[in-house]
Amino acid sequence: MRNSLATELLFALSRPGRRAARFPDCDVPLQPLDELVPSQHLATADREKRPTLPELTEADVIRHFHNLSTLNMSVDTHFYPLGSCTMKYNPKRHERLAGLPGLVDLHPYQRINDQQGMLALLYDLQKMLAEISGLPAVSLQPAAGAQGEFAALLVASAWFRSRGESRSRVLFPSSAHGTNPASAAIAGFECLQLKEGTDGLVDLAELEQHLDENTAVFMITNPNTLGLFEQQIEEITEKVHAVGGLVYIDGANMNAIMGITRPGDFGGDMMHFNVHKTFTGPHGAGGPGAGPIAVREELSEFLPGPIVTSNLDDDGNPHFQLEDPPRSIGRVRSHFGNVGILVRGYCYLRTLGPDGVRDVARHAVLNANYLKSLICDLLPVPHGQHCMHEFVASAARLKEERDISAMDIAKRLLDFGFHAPTVYFPLVVPEAMMIEPTETESKRTMDAFAETIRTIAAEDPGFLHEAPHQTPVSRPDDVQAARHPVLSWTPEDGS
Amino acid sequence: MAYLFNTPDEIAAMLDAIGADSIDELFSQIPDRLQLDGPLDLPGGLSEPALEAHLRQLAAANSGTAARICLMGGGVYDHFIPAAVDEIASRGEFYTAYTPYQAEASQGSLQAFFEFQTLICQLTGMDISNASLYEAGTAVSEAVFMAMRVTRRHGRVVVLGSLHPEYQQVLETYLDNLECQLEIVATPNGFADVSIVSEALDDTTCCLVIQHPNFFGGLEDVAPLCQAAHDAGSLAVVCFDPLSLGLLKSPADCGADIAVAEGQALGIPAQYGGPFLGLLTCRKEFVRQMPGRLIGQTTDREGRDCYVLNLQAREQHIRREKATSNICTNQGLLALRATVYLALLGREGLNEVSQLCCRKAHYAAQRLAELPGIELMFDRPFFKEFTIRCRDGAKSVIDRAAAAGFDLGPTLARFPRLTASLGDAAAQETLLVAVTEQRTREEIDGLVDALATEPAKLSSQP
Repeated sequence: MRNSLATELLFALSRPGRRAARFPDCDVPLQPLDELVPSQHLATADREKRPTLPELTEADVIRHFHNLSTLNMSVDTHFYPLGSCTMKYNPKRHERLAGLPGLVDLHPYQRINDQQGMLALLYDLQKMLAEISGLPAVSLQPAAGAQGEFAALLVASAWFRSRGESRSRVLFPSSAHGTNPASAAIAGFECLQLKEGTDGLVDLAELEQHLDENTAVFMITNPNTLGLFEQQIEEITEKVHAVGGLVYIDGANMNAIMGITRPGDFGGDMMHFNVHKTFTGPHGAGGPGAGPIAVREELSEFLPGPIVTSNLDDDGNPHFQLEDPPRSIGRVRSHFGNVGILVRGYCYLRTLGPDGVRDVARHAVLNANYLKSLICDLLPVPHGQHCMHEFVASAARLKEERDISAMDIAKRLLDFGFHAPTVYFPLVVPEAMMIEPTETESKRTMDAFAETIRTIAAEDPGFLHEAPHQTPVSRPDDVQAARHPVLSWTPEDGS
Repeated sequence: MAYLFNTPDEIAAMLDAIGADSIDELFSQIPDRLQLDGPLDLPGGLSEPALEAHLRQLAAANSGTAARICLMGGGVYDHFIPAAVDEIASRGEFYTAYTPYQAEASQGSLQAFFEFQTLICQLTGMDISNASLYEAGTAVSEAVFMAMRVTRRHGRVVVLGSLHPEYQQVLETYLDNLECQLEIVATPNGFADVSIVSEALDDTTCCLVIQHPNFFGGLEDVAPLCQAAHDAGSLAVVCFDPLSLGLLKSPADCGADIAVAEGQALGIPAQYGGPFLGLLTCRKEFVRQMPGRLIGQTTDREGRDCYVLNLQAREQHIRREKATSNICTNQGLLALRATVYLALLGREGLNEVSQLCCRKAHYAAQRLAELPGIELMFDRPFFKEFTIRCRDGAKSVIDRAAAAGFDLGPTLARFPRLTASLGDAAAQETLLVAVTEQRTREEIDGLVDALATEPAKLSSQP
């Protein structure tokens, strides 16, 4: 059934003289191009010597990409329990609505009166995110969670500066996402990683030992990457605040707690949302995301802009404006933000309503605990009695007793039509398998997944080391790829 | 309404398996006093028809390119998007997948991104392209960070004043807490003077950032500028327009070490400014200093060609604070759109679209400049975009054009740092006009006719 001809590289499919896109004939005077643009700017004949774009028909292109798409697993086609990524169902209505004329084709430099509908939507989204976070001031600008972290750290930095303080250190637990230290580093901070306690939570003594007048921000994911709520969060935030530091909440795991508890209520000063995760973006094979940030009132004047504000016109109707906060850190990207994703997030929240928001968290947590209960005898979950929206199981015992690793299980799951969990993260759990079913999966799917894990655990380890067996390719050679990087196609004659 | 599966019977069975009496019990790890005691203050949930009616109402309060003929520029352009681009990008197998961590379950995305990297290399003549950054402003910033690592110079970065003012602002933000100083070379004539730029470069300068065509639409003397950067031991970073490359010299031919771009023109709708597509390419010797994902070709255990995430040791999930960037989620779906767009365009299509933009823009510029009270702001060659100065004020011209069904702009007064460099009076009178392959002679003539009529007779919008 597989059409391997159509999935040859575009460059192999190319035939001289084929065309897909054609444009209307030029209807303005055909002046010689070098009269319009001086010749030193024009591409020369040298250009012909190097590879140029392929030549294909529209049918070539469609068949190629349709067939390529069938080589992917996706939320639309498969259970995708990739921990920390919240691979929930992406409602189709969002795609239609985000594509409406007036939204999809709106130029960012349109006159303010010609964008009032968009601004109304974004203004309401700011308000909804403030309500969900318990933090009143929101900037929708960051393009992804990592950029939200970076922006918020610069906000913190500007706030300290405004108080005549210079604090240089950012702290985070070792289970933090890699983006936390990476964002801190590019924001100009030094990074200090803390060891977890044996219960998988922040070790208060360890934290206290490293807090001082040089502490700028403590970054914490809550629930953390082990899927546990940091129960001592109030003590943590009190200790950080006591030395004059700020607490940043990495909102990657908001799916577990939205409508249940709020970062602003448990002492967070700043946070980001991952709209592509929590508010079903979708994920786009790697992006785009959107990473709005919410902060306490006293930090609001430093937020990246523009922010949507509202006042009443002469007739008493709301009129929306774009404003930069008075002491803004500046832009973190051009234009307003990843608006197409924000529109989808808005549609989602307007569909959920307050009860739906809470239901999402309740069922995400129910599903994760149910799945955990089905497999924890085989893949022990070292931390916590109940988990939140995800849990981290360990294949260490299987590895020791039967030489079956987390990677073996992950790869073999693909043969059974399940996407693999996140593996080998966080590092505090050996042979980690981070499993997040999300609320949009059924009991039956999770039963089947658990049954498959059991089947795999009983299989021949040698067979598993070579898994997957049913996929188009199996166990690519990463070492060769890194040693001799081939990062683009070149013609075989090397020209 | 949430998208849920669990029926009451199933919920009971699941709780039973867990050994919990209620869903509430699962939340016992959250201290009671931190749990909300009532629903959030959010608007009530809407059914699909009600939501659609609401969104249609909001959309109708905006004017997009479907409402008026678009000649707006400033880095976002109304190029034609073939139906096949939307068709492929709306395949759930692509848009509901995530980062291809499991290569065996993601060969579709991985191969498409490998093709993307190749197409961008073919387009630019550069050796290596990554698999996307957020947009052009962050691509410029990442390029500057990369130049610091390559040159080990952390003292200064020199940027032409003709770089998009928002990209300048982004770079300024990114450098906020770092020792590197940002020096902007003024370009009062709408382009950079090579000798003045040379003087600004010194042995602590990591790179020179050039946009070409620049923010005003004008062409820069890119090759001599790159040479000036190299003479100072700095890298040359060129921010280009992808659809200019069917006509103009490529960044590689001009001597760029790192070339970046806004990829919006490659099949991506305006969407009020995003999501867009940051392109970043470089010479092959800098590959291990690149930010963002890279897809590599390799073979699997049976010797079959396949594709993987490559050189991940640069990235945040491996290197943490030592990573080349903090980027994780990128712009994959937009890179896919660009891949399909370029595959449809092909070599001839690229040449055609470049030439059409250029010819139509020149026709429009010539016709507009014939109008009393309107002149070209700068005497400088351009590609598809140009700056006009209007005696009646830029805003008034934009309003008159809009009343006749045309969108122009933005005004330069919109950008505070341009107002500062050009002077407030000049900025208030100037605006950008961009002409894509979509505009017809009839439309351009219609715009000129509309602006030729007496302004007093038209009611201006507040």
